[in-house]
Amino acid sequence: MSLQRGCSRSLSPRTTAVSASVFEDFKACISEEASCQTISEINLKKQKMIRAVLVMNTQGRPRITKFYEFWPVEKQHEAIRNVFSVLCSRAEHVSNFVDAESIFGPDSRLVYKHFATLYFVLIFDSSENELAMLDLIQVFVETLDKCFRNVCELDIVFNYSKIHAILDEIIFGGQVLETSSTEVMKAVEEITKLEAASNAINLVSKSVSNWRSR
Amino acid sequence: MEQLKTIGRELTMGSQGGFGQSKEFLDLVKSIGEARSKAEEDRIVLREIETLKRRLLEPDIPKRKMKEYIIRLLYVEMLGHDASFGYIHAVKMTHDDALPLKRTGYLAVTLFLSDDHDLIILIVNTIQKDLRSDNYLVVCAALNAVCKLINDETIPAVLPQVVELLGHSKEAVRKKAVMALHRFYQKSPGAVSHLVSNFRKRLCDNDPGVMGASLCPLFDLVTIDAKSYKDLVSSFVSILKQVAERRLPKSYDYHQMPAPFIQVKLLKILALLGSGDKQASESMYTVLGDIIRKSDSSTNIGNAVLYECICCVASIHPNPKLLESAADVIAKFLKSDSHNLKYMGIDALGRLIKLSPQIAEQHQLAVIDCLEDPDDTLKRKTFELLYKMTKSSNVEVIVDRMVDYMISISDDHYKTYIASRCVELAEQFAPSNHWFIQTMNKVFEHAGDLVNIKVAHNLMRLIAEGFGEDDDATDSQLRSSAVESYLRIIGEPKLPSMFLQVICWVLGEYGTADGKHSASYISGKLCDIAEAYSNDETVKAYAISALMKIYAFEVAAGRKVDMLPECQSFIEELLASHSTDLQQRAYELQAVVGLDAQAVQAILPRDTRCEEIEVDKDLSFLNGYVDQAIEKGAQPYIAEDERNGMGNVSNLRSQDQHESIQHGLRFEAYELPKPPMQSKVDPVSSTDVVPVPEALSYRETHPISSVGSTSEAGSSELKLRLDGVQKKWGRPTYSTPTSSTTNSPSEKPANGASHVDSATASYSKSRDSQNTKKTEIDPEKQKLAASLFGGSSQPERRSSTGHKASRSSGGAADGSRGSKAVEKTIQQPPPPDLLDFSDEPTVTSALPSVDPFKQLEGLLDSSMSSTTNHNAGTATIAPDIMSLYGDSTASQDSLDIFHGLSTEPTGATSGETTVTTLPQSVKGPNAKDALEKDALVRQMGVNPTSQNPNLFRDLLG
Repeated sequence: MSLQRGCSRSLSPRTTAVSASVFEDFKACISEEASCQTISEINLKKQKMIRAVLVMNTQGRPRITKFYEFWPVEKQHEAIRNVFSVLCSRAEHVSNFVDAESIFGPDSRLVYKHFATLYFVLIFDSSENELAMLDLIQVFVETLDKCFRNVCELDIVFNYSKIHAILDEIIFGGQVLETSSTEVMKAVEEITKLEAASNAINLVSKSVSNWRSR
Repeated sequence: MEQLKTIGRELTMGSQGGFGQSKEFLDLVKSIGEARSKAEEDRIVLREIETLKRRLLEPDIPKRKMKEYIIRLLYVEMLGHDASFGYIHAVKMTHDDALPLKRTGYLAVTLFLSDDHDLIILIVNTIQKDLRSDNYLVVCAALNAVCKLINDETIPAVLPQVVELLGHSKEAVRKKAVMALHRFYQKSPGAVSHLVSNFRKRLCDNDPGVMGASLCPLFDLVTIDAKSYKDLVSSFVSILKQVAERRLPKSYDYHQMPAPFIQVKLLKILALLGSGDKQASESMYTVLGDIIRKSDSSTNIGNAVLYECICCVASIHPNPKLLESAADVIAKFLKSDSHNLKYMGIDALGRLIKLSPQIAEQHQLAVIDCLEDPDDTLKRKTFELLYKMTKSSNVEVIVDRMVDYMISISDDHYKTYIASRCVELAEQFAPSNHWFIQTMNKVFEHAGDLVNIKVAHNLMRLIAEGFGEDDDATDSQLRSSAVESYLRIIGEPKLPSMFLQVICWVLGEYGTADGKHSASYISGKLCDIAEAYSNDETVKAYAISALMKIYAFEVAAGRKVDMLPECQSFIEELLASHSTDLQQRAYELQAVVGLDAQAVQAILPRDTRCEEIEVDKDLSFLNGYVDQAIEKGAQPYIAEDERNGMGNVSNLRSQDQHESIQHGLRFEAYELPKPPMQSKVDPVSSTDVVPVPEALSYRETHPISSVGSTSEAGSSELKLRLDGVQKKWGRPTYSTPTSSTTNSPSEKPANGASHVDSATASYSKSRDSQNTKKTEIDPEKQKLAASLFGGSSQPERRSSTGHKASRSSGGAADGSRGSKAVEKTIQQPPPPDLLDFSDEPTVTSALPSVDPFKQLEGLLDSSMSSTTNHNAGTATIAPDIMSLYGDSTASQDSLDIFHGLSTEPTGATSGETTVTTLPQSVKGPNAKDALEKDALVRQMGVNPTSQNPNLFRDLLG
């Protein structure tokens, strides 16, 4: 029956329907797209979490980045660039929420807050409440301020591991862990104390010891 | 260089709040901060990478140095460069016994590695050990790593330890263990399904923090299966009640709200549990009412809880009283000056609107304001709301607005999204064909290729079929108006491909139908299109097919065809085209033009594209020939599926299937080449119900002749869509299963029908109901549309008023418009916003032209006394705490990124006194400290622009 193949290209009887052949291609595409979408939706259902915390300065340079799912370095960087280009084009006195679906995929929300030279950005999904996330940024910054007293960008750059320690006490594995800056401070303080005790290497920064004397 | 040395000295002295880092690192940060371009920055970072590579190879690196190298690696990677050469050192560091090193190691690996990285194997053992450690900090560090690094393969290795930790004496550890377990559950539900009961148990933990942590996994579980957690409703309600009544320790308060994050989570869970469950909902009413009443709407977090309450009220079985108070809260949100609250208000309105449509009426003006707001986020949210509110009465205004917005933005992602919204609304509520076509034209013109091709298909179908009324006059009027509009649009530069395809098709079918335009005029236009978009093959294919139709109609009408020279050359070009498809079309055209009128009439009858085309998909007329050939010794054809021994690949996507065939090793020789279309039309061959000969014959059919087979044999999903469309526009067309005649009638309809029934019954049903609804309101719709468009310059004002206003009176609508104008003028000077954190303008203006750095320097140089004097002076002049604080921030503004933040709570609530008074009490040394910091910063080479001394821009870039 393989002989029949040759006939396929004969002039069809009613070519009015010529466009249908083109449609066919498109329809195939459409159906593919549709099924892809459902797959990604299923994947997304699993991840109900805060996806990332970004701190960047007003020049777009990242200061602290933490992604709670794995993102390859290049993609992280691209996302950061995209976020920055959105943020820096926003006027003052507008809402702190940004539509981030084009950067982080469906069901992603972005809340940011601008302090002096820094943007604090949280990316999360429908499992969290935008206003509450705004306050989470507040908690983070309040804690930083308590820790470094009048925290500035330099503190963040030079106390990388400490900032991460603070962040880890607030957000854990993509979920909110603690929202009281006093409690966070207590935990971080204990870490510093034990670290200092457990090892002769004293890497506690000056500003922290200042804080303890307070 | 000199300068750098100073910095180095500065740091070794450690006097000025030194950062405990080496000079090298400071240099790096500094030079990156000063980099003028991205390229320069990259060069610096690459140099740093080289240095680190070299250093890491040195023997016996002191541990402290090593720690710094790791941090530098992290820094390099944060800037977007590859630091994978150092990962192994980070892994080694996790093995170290010293806590700071171990923690750094864990921090680095969590940031570096993915959960399927090869190096994870080297860490799992350490994690296991550390989870059993006596030191709870080690345990916490390990738990932290577990969340990020453990995947479903490695979960079993650490699961027992983590479960054990659920009973740890430290509540911080228990909390983290619960969350780690939650993470496991997210990654691989199967691996921990037997442990789900642990989450319930932790809900009763003595420590509220652990209880709060267990809410996260429970929320996930309830999302997936609410039924099995109904028994917890009363527990959740009572927890929420206790939290709201401030039974938790004070330390859980945040901005004087009792444990707001726990409240939010609980409300989310209750919303899920109460949805569609009257009994469960009733048990929630009291506590919800209490929270709404008590919540403090002056703080951000209070509003977060209120918003969550509204969501919950909207989700559970409705209660009129609660709905009322929810509406009150929404009103407050919408009236607020804060964009954030407006945003939340619009969102909440969208949730409530289904339950009580009338509340939107009260907020029309607020909604319109949000729509006109310059804030994109708010605008988009408002469109979302409008989308939900769309009715046939206001569709025109809403879609017009959406289209306008669509044109104004450049973000492709959102453009696609809003274009699809426009199309959806237009298809659902279109008041008239004419309007539909016009709207579609606009969407196509501006969103172009972002639109789903299905939309183009629908548009063509609509033009071909009319609205389903048996009124040929209106139909042909519609068509000629479409033709006219397209002839007008053709002139525009740079039309999107998809739109051109529609244009070509319509011109081909109807260009000459009403006799207004001559065949040569239309064919000239078509050639213009083909020429202007000569690298778009699909457009060319559409153009040549359209030409063929035009000429065929001419021949059939008995007129002589005189081809324009440009058409001639176009056809010749295609005859030699590399694309077989174009070539074939061109040859077909030539052949058709050469035939006599009768033959052409038979090939291309006018105005029949709505009729069924019967396709003999088994090509039975060839049976004799085939039999003959087989008799002569030819091999019978074996279907592809059988040939490859993959008879049951039905679940694979056809695309994959072909790919696997292409890439895998192949042992059978000489497979006949497949027509290029095949991979895309293949779904049929993958449905294994279809008998072999049919699949085969389907493949043999040339696409051009396969209209019938398209609808008939296309994947079930497609068929459904066509079904819906067809019902929508009212006349049965291609896709009725029974109308096709195939050689296997018994199998075919069964096949098709089952697809329709099972897969998409609900879909077509919903489409049906829309359809009926639509026809019901049709006349009224027309009337309202007319009234909406009645020459008003600002139709959008009426949009929200819409037909609701028509119920009251036109005067009322006018009045509301007036009041709106008033509102607007009031809004012009924004009222002082206490919540507004970015208050720099006021601060900087306090020190107008003087360089604040000079001042600061003076302060520092002279002595501390001057600092205290300064403060004392302020205190006496302005004993008021707020102004005092504000002043002090003004003097140290260059350092204090926090100043806006700390002034905010004082302004906004009295509740923030703890935070504000703290810095207050230590203000003297505080300022000094800040000044010192500033001095250091300046010595590091900052040359602040006097305009905004607040920022470290110059140093840190």
